[in-house]
Amino acid sequence: MPEPLLEVKDLSVHFPTEDGLVKAVDGVSFSLQPGETLGVVGESGSGKSVTFLTVMGLVTSAQAVIEGEVIFEGQDLLKLPKDEMRNIRGSKISMIFQDPMTSLHPFYKVGYQIAEAIRTHQNVGKREAHDQSVEMLRRVGIPKPEERADQYPHEFSGGMRQRAMIAMALSLNPDMLIADEPTTALDVTVQAQILDLIDRLRAEFNASVVIITHDLGVVAEHCDDIQVMYAGKIVEFGDRRDIYYGSHHPYTWGLLRSISRLDSASKERLQPIKGLPPSLIFVPPGCAFHPRCPYVFDRCRTDIPKLLPTDGHHASACHLTLSDKERIFEGEVVVRR
Amino acid sequence: MGRYLIRRTLFLVLVLVIVSFLTFLIFYKLPAGDPARRVAGHRNTPEQIAEIRVTLGLDKPWYVQYARFAKGLIPWPGFFLNKDIYYSYANFIPVKEEIYKRLPVTITLALGAAVLWLLIGVPIGVVSAIRRRSAWDRAGMIFALIGVSAPVFWLGYLFLFVFWYKLSWAPGSGLGYHVALLQSIIQGKFVLAWVVLSLSFAAFYVRMIRGNLIETMSEDYIRTARAKGLSEGRVIFKHGLRSALTPVVTMFGMDLGVLLGGAIITETVFNLPGIGQYTVQSIFNDNYPGVMGVTVFATFFIVVANLVVDVTYAFLDPRVRYA
Repeated sequence: MPEPLLEVKDLSVHFPTEDGLVKAVDGVSFSLQPGETLGVVGESGSGKSVTFLTVMGLVTSAQAVIEGEVIFEGQDLLKLPKDEMRNIRGSKISMIFQDPMTSLHPFYKVGYQIAEAIRTHQNVGKREAHDQSVEMLRRVGIPKPEERADQYPHEFSGGMRQRAMIAMALSLNPDMLIADEPTTALDVTVQAQILDLIDRLRAEFNASVVIITHDLGVVAEHCDDIQVMYAGKIVEFGDRRDIYYGSHHPYTWGLLRSISRLDSASKERLQPIKGLPPSLIFVPPGCAFHPRCPYVFDRCRTDIPKLLPTDGHHASACHLTLSDKERIFEGEVVVRR
Repeated sequence: MGRYLIRRTLFLVLVLVIVSFLTFLIFYKLPAGDPARRVAGHRNTPEQIAEIRVTLGLDKPWYVQYARFAKGLIPWPGFFLNKDIYYSYANFIPVKEEIYKRLPVTITLALGAAVLWLLIGVPIGVVSAIRRRSAWDRAGMIFALIGVSAPVFWLGYLFLFVFWYKLSWAPGSGLGYHVALLQSIIQGKFVLAWVVLSLSFAAFYVRMIRGNLIETMSEDYIRTARAKGLSEGRVIFKHGLRSALTPVVTMFGMDLGVLLGGAIITETVFNLPGIGQYTVQSIFNDNYPGVMGVTVFATFFIVVANLVVDVTYAFLDPRVRYA
């Protein structure tokens, strides 16, 4: 087993607020292998974004109480001085965000913004940085990149803007790309294009990719491993087969059941997960999901389930027995194959 | 852009007409002194006054009188504030001459204060925004509160009392007779006036910049800038301030335009012979053409400043384009 690119150990990020301590991330551990695509799935407030903002150093100990370790290429990023972290940010680990329209500065040309990223980390002249940014625009599939580089973000379409963001993120050949809801703000047809683009570029640039999303449909085709998060913790972890064809957590089942399918009867209603996401200040005792779980029993209300491997790679945090989990999945979650 | 400019110029003329007409109405209708009597002097007879009224054209009906003023509205040399109509009732000096004589003083006052209020306002505003809720921020906000609340006439006399009368740090009010403007500036005669005039603007700008920058720093593109690994300084100045200052530029142009029409209170307190002082004198002396002339002049400046500012905005914000 090669050395993991990123290893997060017991990370917790708690924000002190006027209303109380918001436990956005509460004991998260996982690792990312080189060349792998990891999908991180969960509702708003599950802690998926905050986890990776903390990895990037965009959430700092000035704003939150951070504990745990984030080991990247042998170094604990949480212990790095700010300057060194800044060197890593943008060049070794890059992040793209949800809404490309607001994520690009409206007053600067697109080519300039990409060149700025390049010149921050490399000692190149303006001309060369500009040429490199044009080349990056070409690689992400933007036609007439020389003209486009001299345009402003509002002159781009939504999909093109996200491509430009990806170009900017990959311009320094990072080892890891984090995509936080990259397609949520885009049309469905464009979504597919962007995800395919990320796949292609991952191979070309030999980077690891993390796709954060609330949409299980998005991760299905594009991710090797999938991690499901709820209320600041990982509740299930596995590869594609594990999650889609044999998942072991009631929350994951709820997510699978609520996906609308092309082959379902037209009158068939979607089955949402009943209840609301929990408060991160007053997290329910025991298993955080228990108030919404249809299979809850006594132990769930008092003991916090640990994320335990059930079958090699596959792990879930639920008190149900393995045979119960398999039985429920076969019987109730899988409607038809 | 050409059509836009033509539209704006027509708008300028329209505004000049409306403003001048309203001003004319106010002075025509207000039961103020009779300018003819003033001109006639102390020892006057009713016949003299009547004769003077005819000379000044005050016997004509109001629409004829206004029409004569209106001819001076056209912003073109030869027409604008023409000598035939716009002359002071008191000393028959053309208004245009008075304004041009006094304009350098007003410009000096306005520009000096403008530079000062930017130098004070921008840094304090930026520090307040970046170090929110710190001691710096609280101090900045208190300064802003005082600056905005303190009336210029109060502040002016207070400063004169403290810095001239008591401490003798600065020269007193007024410029010397027949002293060149440049020399007056070097002598420091404008310093107190600059400080007093700039304080209230600086206070306003501190609040505005603080608010704009706080809002800008929470935008998504700031997060992107940090994610790229830019230094915090670059994030704040090249990304944050660049957006936050754009509306401030607009504000600045407008403020400067208004000041060029005369900082009335400041000029009066510090006895500076600028356009503002002339305005006050004209009002008190029932010098209708003087009042009309200054009003038209100031209006012209403000509308032009408005136009310049709007065009500048299109250069600053690439999303804005004019037909």
